[in-house]
Amino acid sequence: MKLRFNRSQLCIPYALFLILFVIAPLLVIIYYAFSNGQGKFTFDNFIGFFSSTNTLGTLLYSFALAIVTTLLCLFIAYPTAYFLARSGFKKQYVLLMLFILPMWINFTLRITALKEVLTLLEGNISLHPFLNSVIGMTYDFLPFMILPLYTSFLKLDKNLLEAAADLGANKFIVFLRVTLPLSIPGIISGITMVLLPSMTNYVVLDMLYNSTYIMGSLIGSYFSAYDWNNGSMISLVLLVIIFIVTLVTNRFGDKDSDARRTVL
Amino acid sequence: MENSENIIELIDVTKVFDGETIAVDKFNLQVKKGEFVTFLGPSGCGKTTTLRMIAGFEIPTSGQILLNGEDISKLPPNKRPVNTVFQKYALFPHLNVYENIAFGLKLKKTEVSYVDKKGNAKVKYKKLAKSEIDKKVKRTLELVDLEGFEKRSVSTLSGGQQQRIAIARAIVNEPEILLLDEPLGALDLKMRKEMQIELKNMHKRLGITFIYVTHDQEEALTMSDKIVVINDGEIQQTGTPTEIYNEPINTFVADFIGDSNIFNGTVVGKRKVKFCGAEFDCVDDFEVNEMVDVVVRPEDIKLCAPGEGQLKGEVQSCVFKGVHYEITVVLGRFEIVIQSTMSAIVGNLTGMKIEPDGIHLMQKVYTVNKYSGVITKTNTVQFGDGEFDCDVTSLYPSSHLDEEGYLITAQGEKLDLTGTEVDVEVETADITMSDDKEAGGVVGNIISIIYKGDHYRYIVRTEENEEDYVLSCPDMWNTGDRVSLIIPKEKIKLSLKVAEDKK
Repeated sequence: MKLRFNRSQLCIPYALFLILFVIAPLLVIIYYAFSNGQGKFTFDNFIGFFSSTNTLGTLLYSFALAIVTTLLCLFIAYPTAYFLARSGFKKQYVLLMLFILPMWINFTLRITALKEVLTLLEGNISLHPFLNSVIGMTYDFLPFMILPLYTSFLKLDKNLLEAAADLGANKFIVFLRVTLPLSIPGIISGITMVLLPSMTNYVVLDMLYNSTYIMGSLIGSYFSAYDWNNGSMISLVLLVIIFIVTLVTNRFGDKDSDARRTVL
Repeated sequence: MENSENIIELIDVTKVFDGETIAVDKFNLQVKKGEFVTFLGPSGCGKTTTLRMIAGFEIPTSGQILLNGEDISKLPPNKRPVNTVFQKYALFPHLNVYENIAFGLKLKKTEVSYVDKKGNAKVKYKKLAKSEIDKKVKRTLELVDLEGFEKRSVSTLSGGQQQRIAIARAIVNEPEILLLDEPLGALDLKMRKEMQIELKNMHKRLGITFIYVTHDQEEALTMSDKIVVINDGEIQQTGTPTEIYNEPINTFVADFIGDSNIFNGTVVGKRKVKFCGAEFDCVDDFEVNEMVDVVVRPEDIKLCAPGEGQLKGEVQSCVFKGVHYEITVVLGRFEIVIQSTMSAIVGNLTGMKIEPDGIHLMQKVYTVNKYSGVITKTNTVQFGDGEFDCDVTSLYPSSHLDEEGYLITAQGEKLDLTGTEVDVEVETADITMSDDKEAGGVVGNIISIIYKGDHYRYIVRTEENEEDYVLSCPDMWNTGDRVSLIIPKEKIKLSLKVAEDKK
């Protein structure tokens, strides 16, 4: 028999990986989420999640934290990326590096350093848990917001800005009617990159002595107490939420990437 | 005032980029209301920069742009009653066809004068009503033949349709001047021809002044009332298409517009010129014995029986070009291109006849290279962008050099020439090019080639100071070739600068 190489065979390793490390664990999570300690099928965990003020409160808190962090990131990153991309400065890449460079430093090291700075400023940092968590995560996720925005500003066709000015738009209207709508794909991918991780990243909170739980820490605490079933249910709910958020943002992204194609 | 009918006037407009690159040099132009003016020139000649200055995207380094007599040189683009059709359309991808066209209208404010309660006349600015915008967009879409396209996304349109939307977006604002920056460059040939005619019709119907930029000479000849031929940031010639084609002012224009045979000629009598070894009657009056460039259009040369006509040569090739044949005839070292509706047999001898009005004489622009130079320590001369060996003793009659390199004049005076400023002249035929970068005194790139019948005229430009060297050479080189220039010592003519001469 002749051994024939097919291009589609290239995906076999990936498929194996996918089955072993994504699909199988997912099935395990679903199994645990809908069973009790004795392995019997039950909806108790599901009902428990939505009837406990503790979990729902944590969910809301996580959402609030993630949304505030994302908005703050967007607020800082948008003008930064705009001026980085627009500046006539020839070495703009060096400027960009200044914002990206912190990513090269170990994450725990960075947060520890931030902790010291915050302690210096605030004294007892556990008094402002929400504020500190937002600062910590913003610091951590800012590059993920700057990069996609920077790229979308770079790709912006200068002729469009000139065309708008030519048609009577002043600088502000040019920004409002052309620059802003055309940077939406960048905003969307920036939000996706920041919102989702900041909902579950509890390491920053832990390190900044934030005693409040977010979804990630809740799962962690259930699992470390060997309560697989409730932990799995929370993971599953979170997964569904993330799935919905991704679906919604992709819908936006698709529409705009369609429009983008015509620019090129 | 006489020039009140000029809608736009450019006075000594100059644009320098980064403080060194001169893109547009002392540009002077007047455009009358309703004219169709074309800026024609090779890429990088400054035509687009000039257009962008009129649009307001670039601010002139010096000079003035007057619109109806008012200086608008420093106004931002949104304050000018001028609209642009961009080369790559620049339609807004996030807006549909209607929104694209209405973009300018939605920003427009009209003056409404009214009388307030106290009886004072006042002026209010009002935005256009939605119904009015709708009406204008609809009418403009009809004008560009795209009725019913309002709701379409611009990405679903073909290149030609996008082009029409871009034009519609500009003319819907009823600008005083419409600027078009190579608007048909991205279309295929057939589409381009159609759009040329449509644009011309649109110009007639709208009565708006059009300023059109192109590098396509045929497009310029077809569409314009007035052509401005530009090269190296300077206007070469301004005139109607007929004037430009029939009476090119220099060899650049002749070479750029249409095909032409360019020869070196000498004026031998009143309205008589000699080139290609024969004498011709002509219509241009030049001084006797003046060296001139002779331009003859290929269609102005008639084939006839050998012996008849002024010239005789052998047919080297005959290529069918659709409407005519392109025939190349060799006559000694000259090569003559002829367009004729009749074919010729390769290898046959043929006579050629040129009527006096088919011969265009023009002043020779480059017969000699002139530079200011400085004598160096080692008795070489520095000029242009290089250093060449020269004979410094030619500066003073019957002088010689002593062994230390000082010049001893006929009177026995000892002179140190280092730093002496001189005028340098080199004939175009005395410069030769070489591939060997070390062989000559200076290295540069060929920026222009014009075929002159039996030789090529090259312009070589150096990189450092952008000095030009003009030379003629029978061999074929390519534009962009990097060459070093060799000038024999005895061919460099030196003379002391008059101001430097104390006595």
